Amino acid sequence: MCLRINLKLENMRKVTYAQAINEAIYQTIEQDNRVFVIGQGCTSPWYVGSTCQGLIEKFGQERVIDTPVSENAITGVAVGAALAKMRPIVVHPRIDFMLYATDPIINEAANWHYMFGGKLSVPIVIWGIINRGGEQAAQHSQALQAIFTHIPGLKVVMPSNPYDAKGLLVSAIKDDNPVLYIDDRWLYKIKGNVPEKIYSVPIGKGKRIRKGKDITIVASSYMVWEAVGAVKGLIKGGIDAELIDLRSLKPLDTELLFASVKKTGRLVVVDGGWKTCGVAAEVSALVCENIFKYLKAPIRRITLPDIPAPASSALESIYYPKAKDICKAVKKILKK
Amino acid sequence: MTSSIMTKYSKVFLKQLYRMMVQIRLCEESLVGPILRGEVKCPVHLYTGEEAIATGVCAALSEKDYIFGTHRSHGHYLAKGGSLQKLIAEIYGKETGCSEGRGGSMHIIAPEKGILGAAPIVAGTISLAVGSALAAKIRREKRVSVSFFGDGAAGEGVLYESLNFAALKRLSVIFACENNLYSTHMPIRNCRPENNVFKIGIPFGIASFRTNGNEVLEVYEATKKAVGICRRNRGPVFIEFMTYRLRGHVGPDDNIQGTRTDIRPKEEIEEWRKKDPIKNFEKYLIKKKILKQKEIEKIRNKIQKKVTLAYKFAKESPYPKEKDLMKYVFKD
Repeated sequence: MCLRINLKLENMRKVTYAQAINEAIYQTIEQDNRVFVIGQGCTSPWYVGSTCQGLIEKFGQERVIDTPVSENAITGVAVGAALAKMRPIVVHPRIDFMLYATDPIINEAANWHYMFGGKLSVPIVIWGIINRGGEQAAQHSQALQAIFTHIPGLKVVMPSNPYDAKGLLVSAIKDDNPVLYIDDRWLYKIKGNVPEKIYSVPIGKGKRIRKGKDITIVASSYMVWEAVGAVKGLIKGGIDAELIDLRSLKPLDTELLFASVKKTGRLVVVDGGWKTCGVAAEVSALVCENIFKYLKAPIRRITLPDIPAPASSALESIYYPKAKDICKAVKKILKK
Repeated sequence: MTSSIMTKYSKVFLKQLYRMMVQIRLCEESLVGPILRGEVKCPVHLYTGEEAIATGVCAALSEKDYIFGTHRSHGHYLAKGGSLQKLIAEIYGKETGCSEGRGGSMHIIAPEKGILGAAPIVAGTISLAVGSALAAKIRREKRVSVSFFGDGAAGEGVLYESLNFAALKRLSVIFACENNLYSTHMPIRNCRPENNVFKIGIPFGIASFRTNGNEVLEVYEATKKAVGICRRNRGPVFIEFMTYRLRGHVGPDDNIQGTRTDIRPKEEIEEWRKKDPIKNFEKYLIKKKILKQKEIEKIRNKIQKKVTLAYKFAKESPYPKEKDLMKYVFKD
């Protein structure tokens, strides 16, 4: 099975996820003189992979600003620039380090438009990179999407593939509100079809990756690929699973989610974050609250356990959920 | 204040400064009654006693310059050209307030006047002001940003990060520290080993100085100098304005509105009353024959009327509609 995207294949080439991000930044800066990139390591591939390659050479130090290690102030600087009519992209090469910036993100950016009665909005992209695994342990590999999804005034997107990575970043930059753009280093080398020209993918719209009738699997970001693996395995066992890529955690595409669960009556929610008060909990609650009567079985969540990430690969290998865990959950629901 | 300084200014300008300080004072003092009566419910941090700073700083700015403020920003807002009516309406939680009743006293804004927002997270708007200066630099505008904050903010790490980045990029931002000697209830001697906040700018290579925040012309001169440095792309500048709030941290008395919990020594407060920025400026203007007692009364009456009208406007204005609770979470 492949990820099918309903688009004309003309003008598409296969590029990596990292390159798709690079194109989105390059093309928006070229198009709009309000856009600039700022953040620790944004000119260093060691920090941000190839996502920012060639940007400083083309646009110079005023539009591509590598910064000292000051996450709080630098994010505040980006918020202030947005209030002064710019459209900054502030990058945090590890989302763990972005916790220093929760004041400008949560207290300032998220609230500004509301608490000043709509007088100014904060058109900013806050780009946080998750770096799972690699024996990096608890402070270098966290998946913190739930924290930000909880906050009113923030939008959160988590693209799983190169096409969405480019299209959602373009949408995030063009959006008048603060958008958390959360990706995962494990996605950076994945290749996919991406149009050369600039385009956008709407924020708040999920995507059905595979049509199925027995059960709905919902995932986002890197976990979509584990879910794809699970779906393949399930087909062999005669289980016809429907797979939904949320793409946006906030706003969340409840229309797509509910339509699918109404059809299949069963749901497994997969998220790369922790279980308690996580994204999977929210998706489950939305389904229970709104379309409970369509459920034929209890919902199951596949998430990280409520444990900090361990370093040793011996523990890491059981810490991160995989396709087989999703398969197991599906089979349990279907009693197969 | 020396007479040589005085002769530099036109009568019109000096009267403008005086009028602005009186307007801020009368606005602030007009809130005491409504707060004590429970008519005003949101937390209100009065600027009484610190009027010379907002007035002197903003007199040295142009309309296009940006300012960011704090929880105690009525003075900054008025001095930079914010509407008195919209301020009072905001404090009353009305739809006609500058933040349409979503912000209250601690969240006031007037983008058309360069007031990009005042917000109460201590030190929270400092980096934002630096960011607005970065925006101006990218666009090659000769615009200056002022970040108002209190001495309490000198305890927050983000101030030091902001000073470093602003100095590194030579941004046109003025760090305006209003040192009123108290961080909420806590005297500065219990917060810092030394009472010399301005010195924190020095290791970053930032022009840093301290001035008397209760003398409006000294404030104006210091800021004019800072603005000049910034307009020549030699910013940032750090100025510490020494002052004192004649009211409590919040509300007329202190922490709990209407309950007198101000623990500052009475003698200390009395000592600072003698340094009241408005009274002293008034005395000087009379002595220099720029204003007569009669004129002062006329000015005060006129401003008092303006304040009364602002209350009338606020009280007659509608509250935000229930159906609009969700409005403004996101910009459409």
